[in-house]
Formats: sequence, C-alpha cells, structure tokens
Amino acid sequence: MAYSDKVIEHYNNPRNVGSLDKKDPNVGTGLVGAPECGDVMKLQMKVNPDTRIIEEAKFKTFGCGSAIASSSLATEWVKGKTVEEALAIKNTDIVRELSLPPVKIHCSVLAEDAIKAALTDWKKKQGDAEAKSAEPATAASH
Amino acid sequence: MAIKLPIYMDNHATTPVDPRVVEAMQPYFTEKFGNAASRNHEFGWVAEEAVENARGQIAKLINATPKEIIFTSGATESTNLAIKGAAEMYREKGNHIITQVTEHKATLDTCKRLEKYGYEVTYLPVQKDGRINLDELCKAITPKTILISIMYANNEIGVVQPIAEIGKIAKEKGVFFHVDAVQAVGKIPVDVQKDGIDLMSISGHKIYGPKGVGALYVRRKNPRVQLSAQIDGGGHERGMRSGTLNVTGIIGLGKACEICQNEMAAESEKLRKLRDRLTESIMSRLDETFINGSMEHRLPHNINISFAFVEGESLLMGINDIAVSSGSACTSATLEPSYVLKALGVGEDLAHTSIRFGIGRFNTPEEVDYVADRVVETVQRLRELSPLYEMAKEGVDVSKMTWQVSAEH
Repeated sequence: MAYSDKVIEHYNNPRNVGSLDKKDPNVGTGLVGAPECGDVMKLQMKVNPDTRIIEEAKFKTFGCGSAIASSSLATEWVKGKTVEEALAIKNTDIVRELSLPPVKIHCSVLAEDAIKAALTDWKKKQGDAEAKSAEPATAASH
Repeated sequence: MAIKLPIYMDNHATTPVDPRVVEAMQPYFTEKFGNAASRNHEFGWVAEEAVENARGQIAKLINATPKEIIFTSGATESTNLAIKGAAEMYREKGNHIITQVTEHKATLDTCKRLEKYGYEVTYLPVQKDGRINLDELCKAITPKTILISIMYANNEIGVVQPIAEIGKIAKEKGVFFHVDAVQAVGKIPVDVQKDGIDLMSISGHKIYGPKGVGALYVRRKNPRVQLSAQIDGGGHERGMRSGTLNVTGIIGLGKACEICQNEMAAESEKLRKLRDRLTESIMSRLDETFINGSMEHRLPHNINISFAFVEGESLLMGINDIAVSSGSACTSATLEPSYVLKALGVGEDLAHTSIRFGIGRFNTPEEVDYVADRVVETVQRLRELSPLYEMAKEGVDVSKMTWQVSAEH
C-alpha cells in the first residue's frame, strides 16, 4: 500500500511520543481501540484547569502507519488549544491532512475518539477533584 | 560484499527466475517457436521434443512417469482441475470431499464452489502446530468420500503435513488423494509413490521458474485416476487440458525442476542454516516473540514470527527496504488477519503482529544479518511507541482487558 508523504513523515518522526502521569488530576487519558482489531491508541493531555488550555499531549499507538500518523498529528493539533477547540477536531480533518485512503479512515476515527476519551477523563477528574473540595462543579458535567 | 537493496525475502510468494532457466527458454521464443501440436513439420517436432524433455524432468523430480504430467497455466488451475475434475468424474461414486482449514484459497474456494453444486466438504481443523490430526481424518471418511485434498506444506507457516500417512489412509479407504505441493516440490523430497499421492499440483514460479506455468500430476496406475476436463478444445494433454502448450514456460518449468533435483539436498541445508541464523539473531535480541507453527515439521527456508505489541503493517513500513509479508489484516483488503494463524489458535492480537520470512536460493548470510538487524531495531522502536508494550511491562495482562472500540458517550 502506498502511503502519503505526510504519513511517512509522521511515522518516521512521530511527535510527542510518551506518557504523562495518569494519576495527575490535570492529565486526561484516552485509551481506545482493541488489539484484535489491530489498533490501540493511548492519548494523554495535560490541561490547565484555569485557562482550559491543553499544555501537553503525549501518545502511544499500536497500529499501522496511518494509525501512528493520525495520533501523532492529533497530539500536534491539540497542543495549545482549549478543551472546546480540541473537541471540535473531526476525523475528516485528519483524513484530509494526511491524505488517508478509504481503508484507513478508521485510523482517523480512532484518533478523534482518543481525543474525546482523554478529555472526558480529564473532565471527570476535575469534577471529582472539585467535588472533593466541596466546591460547586462547574466544568464537570458532560 | 555490499548489500543491494531492497532485499527480497518473500520467496513463498514468488521466486526470481534462475538465469539457467532463462537461458534454456530463450531459443524457444524466436528460432524454435513451433507449436508442440504441429505434427507435420520440423518446427512442431522441435517444440514437442522440448516439451517431452520437460515432462521427463518434472516426472523425475517427483518419481512419476512423464505421461502422468499434465501442463497447466499454474498451480491454481492444477488444483481446480484436480478437485473439480475428480468431483465431476466420480460423482456417481460419491459427493464428499475432505480438506483442511489452512489450505490455499485455490483449494478452499474450489471446494466452496462445489458445495454450491451439491457436494459435501469436510474442512478438518489443524492442531496448534499446524498439522491435521490423522484420527480426525479417518473419522471424517465415509462411503461417499471421493477425494482428500491436503497441502504438502503451508505457504504462510511452512508446516509440512504428514503426507505419506495420509496417502496410506487414502489408499486403504479407496479414496483419491490430491496434494497441493506448490511450496514443497523442489524444496524437500517429494515422491508420489512413497507418499501415496494420486493428484498433485505444481507451480513454476515458486521454484525459480517462470510465472504462468504449472503442472498437475495425474496417477495412471494403482489406481488410474481420470478427470473430467474443465477446459474444452483441441484435446491436448490426454484430453484433460486443451489449449496450445506454453512451450517456453514448460521448458522453464522443466529446467527449474532439473536444477532442484541436482541441488536440492545442498540447497535446503544452506537455506536451513540461513533460516536458523535469522531466527536466532532476531529472537535472541527481542522478548515476547513467538514462532507460529511446528519447527519440527517445517520447510527449511520458512519462518513465521509474531512480534507481540507491534502491528505487522507498521513493522513492514519500518523495514521497507526488505520484502517480506505480514499476516496482519491491514496488508490485505479483507480486514481479517491471517486465517491460517487463526486456525492454529493464534489470537487475533498476535496474528496482527506476524511476519513471514521466505529465504531463497539467492539470499546471502550478509542479507540475513541485515534483515535481522533491521527487524530488531524497528520492533524496538515501535515497542517504544506501543501502549500495549508499556502496559505489559507494567504487569497489565493486555489479553484480559476489556476494550472499548468507541469512546463516544
């Protein structure tokens, strides 16, 4: 299968590989996919609770080159964005940017799912933290 | 010696044509171009003589007689002719065929088509090592069974089936025995007498011959096997396969068999050493790697390894100067991982991480070392990227986790 230059570039030089402390209340973790399907993505984001800006993003992916590129691109895109802006990223944006062929669209869907899962986890943690400190939950509902 | 890239190590898919084969074929394209069926002039006689010579070379390699060799366009056609031809010819005797689940699609899809026409097919399972259980074979045979079709050696995992034992059972039960020997002929000793084979498919391009030519061995005595032709026409090849003979291809196939006959013993030892060198070099440096299929009953030039936590297609992408193939779904249009590995009981997660190496006549120790180094470094790099490897190292049993395919709430 022929890959686009951008997929190859991300595969050879993946951005933001690694892990953040999943116990940190400001870190949201999304783990999506399944080994039997040949794709598992773990996306983590560290969000500033005051500004709601994503300050750090890290990923690890088990999957084909397009899956690796999709998650690498996702970390690049979410960094510096607010939670709301990151949630607005659509899989079709990833498809367009990486020129993914139809058989690889599921990779982009998984990347979108990973962003959503990570931010859902973050919101949940924020809610828990706020609940613990007995303050009214403002950003926890979803 | 400098290594020339890319390196070809996918010799179960196809092989380069041996220069000696090309040389033997050459004159028959231009000067000696006759139709082997032209009986009344020199051009025809020359072509016919060359075809008969090739028939002899093939027969000799498998211990058959020249008249038992039928030329075809390749092993897929040979297998279609063997199974459909026997099914049609012996329809009155019965309608039951036995095969097994890791066969090539040429066999499986032919059997599936026959099921649509009212035939019954038993697909035997394989054991963890990739071989069928002979007791299960015996139990599957009924008075309606007309044919057993089992491959000599598997194209993905190189596992060799107990062919001589199956041949014996088939003979005792009076059932014909077809063998897809595409991966075995020319690589390990194949003897249609000792192995009790009645029909056998052979391919040219897997044994350093040209593509587009193959042969079917059809036993002529003890017992005599008859086949209904599947292609009608001029009645070539004892009426079993009409069509002007592919003279150059046939000469190439014959020459390829002759070379195998002369060199197989030494070559298989050489390839076995290279294969073991590759396996050892990779497995000694990586944890969580698993060999798929029996090592004891295996072609000398095959190894199939699963690299846990690394998806096969991304591994191939990382070693793109090496031609091997992956059992992962992503490499094919089907989105299902290798049915062969699944049949062995390899989990889908590990099936996605498998790579097949097929070492060939022209591979060198330097190439093997290069391939091993590239595989090891790429697997290590991708494992750094793999959340599954990270979890495994943290002690999480990845296989016992519940996975959510979509995170949408």
